[in-house]
Amino acid sequence: MGSPPPLLTLAHLEKRYGAKKGPGTLALQDMLLEVGAHDFVSLLGPSGCGKSTALKMIAGLLPPTAGRIDWPAGAPSADGTGFVFQEPTLMPWATVFDNVWLPLRLQGLARDAARGRIKAALAGVGLEDFAEAMPRELSGGMKMRVSIARALVTRPRLLLMDEPFGALDEITRGRLNDDTLALWGEHGFTAIFVTHSVFEAVYLSRRIVVMAARPGRVLAEISIDEPYPRSADFRHTARYGAWCAEVSEALSVAEAAHG
Amino acid sequence: MAERDVLPLVERRWLRAAVPVLVFAALFLGWEAVVRVYAVPSYILPAPSLVLQTLWDNFGSLMASWWFTIKITFGALLLAVLGGVLLAVLFALSKWVELSLFPLAVVLQVTPIVAIAPLILIFIDSTTAALLLCAWIVAFFPILSNTAVGLRSADLNLRDLFRLYRASPWQTLRFLLVPSAMPYFIAGLKVAGGLSLIGAVVAEFTAGAAGKETGLASRILEASFRTEIPKMFAALLLVSLTGIAIHLLFNLLARLVLGGWHESESRR
Repeated sequence: MGSPPPLLTLAHLEKRYGAKKGPGTLALQDMLLEVGAHDFVSLLGPSGCGKSTALKMIAGLLPPTAGRIDWPAGAPSADGTGFVFQEPTLMPWATVFDNVWLPLRLQGLARDAARGRIKAALAGVGLEDFAEAMPRELSGGMKMRVSIARALVTRPRLLLMDEPFGALDEITRGRLNDDTLALWGEHGFTAIFVTHSVFEAVYLSRRIVVMAARPGRVLAEISIDEPYPRSADFRHTARYGAWCAEVSEALSVAEAAHG
Repeated sequence: MAERDVLPLVERRWLRAAVPVLVFAALFLGWEAVVRVYAVPSYILPAPSLVLQTLWDNFGSLMASWWFTIKITFGALLLAVLGGVLLAVLFALSKWVELSLFPLAVVLQVTPIVAIAPLILIFIDSTTAALLLCAWIVAFFPILSNTAVGLRSADLNLRDLFRLYRASPWQTLRFLLVPSAMPYFIAGLKVAGGLSLIGAVVAEFTAGAAGKETGLASRILEASFRTEIPKMFAALLLVSLTGIAIHLLFNLLARLVLGGWHESESRR
């Protein structure tokens, strides 16, 4: 059995800001990465390591200054990529329902035709009873769930998440980590997850890309060889602790690298 | 903060309406008393009761003038909304349109309307059209500048989201930029509503128009020429009441449009 082609590969990806005048700032240097179908990859590193920049380039929101992003299985369609931002990034003037409708509406799907998929997406994050609520009526964690439902309503092949749970309390964060894994198992999308939390990265990922800052670059890639589904019990195992220690070690090397 | 929450919400709302009414009532009663006690002649300061009596006696002619002023005010406001919003959208679409036309809008804004009004009245034959133009010039700028800022103020991440889903410029305008600009536009509308009334009155003063088709400013001028001071006050009262009504109308509109989501209309 030959291995299927990867979903995307980053070839010597580079991003330099302010390059029009002088050398500018090197935000990301020579990034190489191969991401397969149904992979779960975390980009882990201190702030300024270029992890969010890499994510935005993959999303097509930023052009690289050098290098390429290849899609061996075909470039994603307009609704083939979901994105979850650091903040919930909901439209405050629209109901939860209308916020989740947005990606389908932009593809020309009318409200009634989209209703079933919107309800399903909201049920997937446990918010089926809040369809008519306004964003301001929701807690931070619930807003983030709406944001995830919106990203998944188009059934994307690729889900990009940019430190989505960084602003949440520890309990909500843990719960949303579990939900993310459950949705990942159920939908079968590929996830690229940016975080600066070692614990979160180890719990979620199949692979962790450890990055360093100034210039932003990849220092190490660590495969977390643990079976899925993972549950909260995994967090209490000695193996989880060992993985966290190993990744922390790699991260402290990364932190020292730019000092 | 805690002290504000001592009164229940309903009571606070009731108080909010009652307090200004009481202040105005006290003011008018004091005025009435001063006029009566010191026997101030009505050609210097008419008592409020006389002003109301005069308003009642001249109700027909004053109402016709009021209606004319209302038509100029809302006509100018409507044109200001159309022109201001259209130009703001053009500004949002093209930096060059903004660079070339914004200075012109500023010139119109900073030149006092009383200084341009005589020229406009010379250039334009129809007095009604000239008055409309004067009121429009004053009302137009707050709508334009507020809407232009509003259209630029959409959340950057939401903009990225629209780009991710490859939204067309029209979709981005309709689903993102217009709703984002709405609170700014409404704030501009509140200012422009009051200004277009002022513009309509000031322009008519300058025009000094007489005849049937004239507004409240002409009634005020007319009454002052004939030293009918109570009638002057009656017309002035109508202008003030109209201004207050316009203010309340746009506050209500703001609550209807933004009440569900925007901080400026949130009630805590």
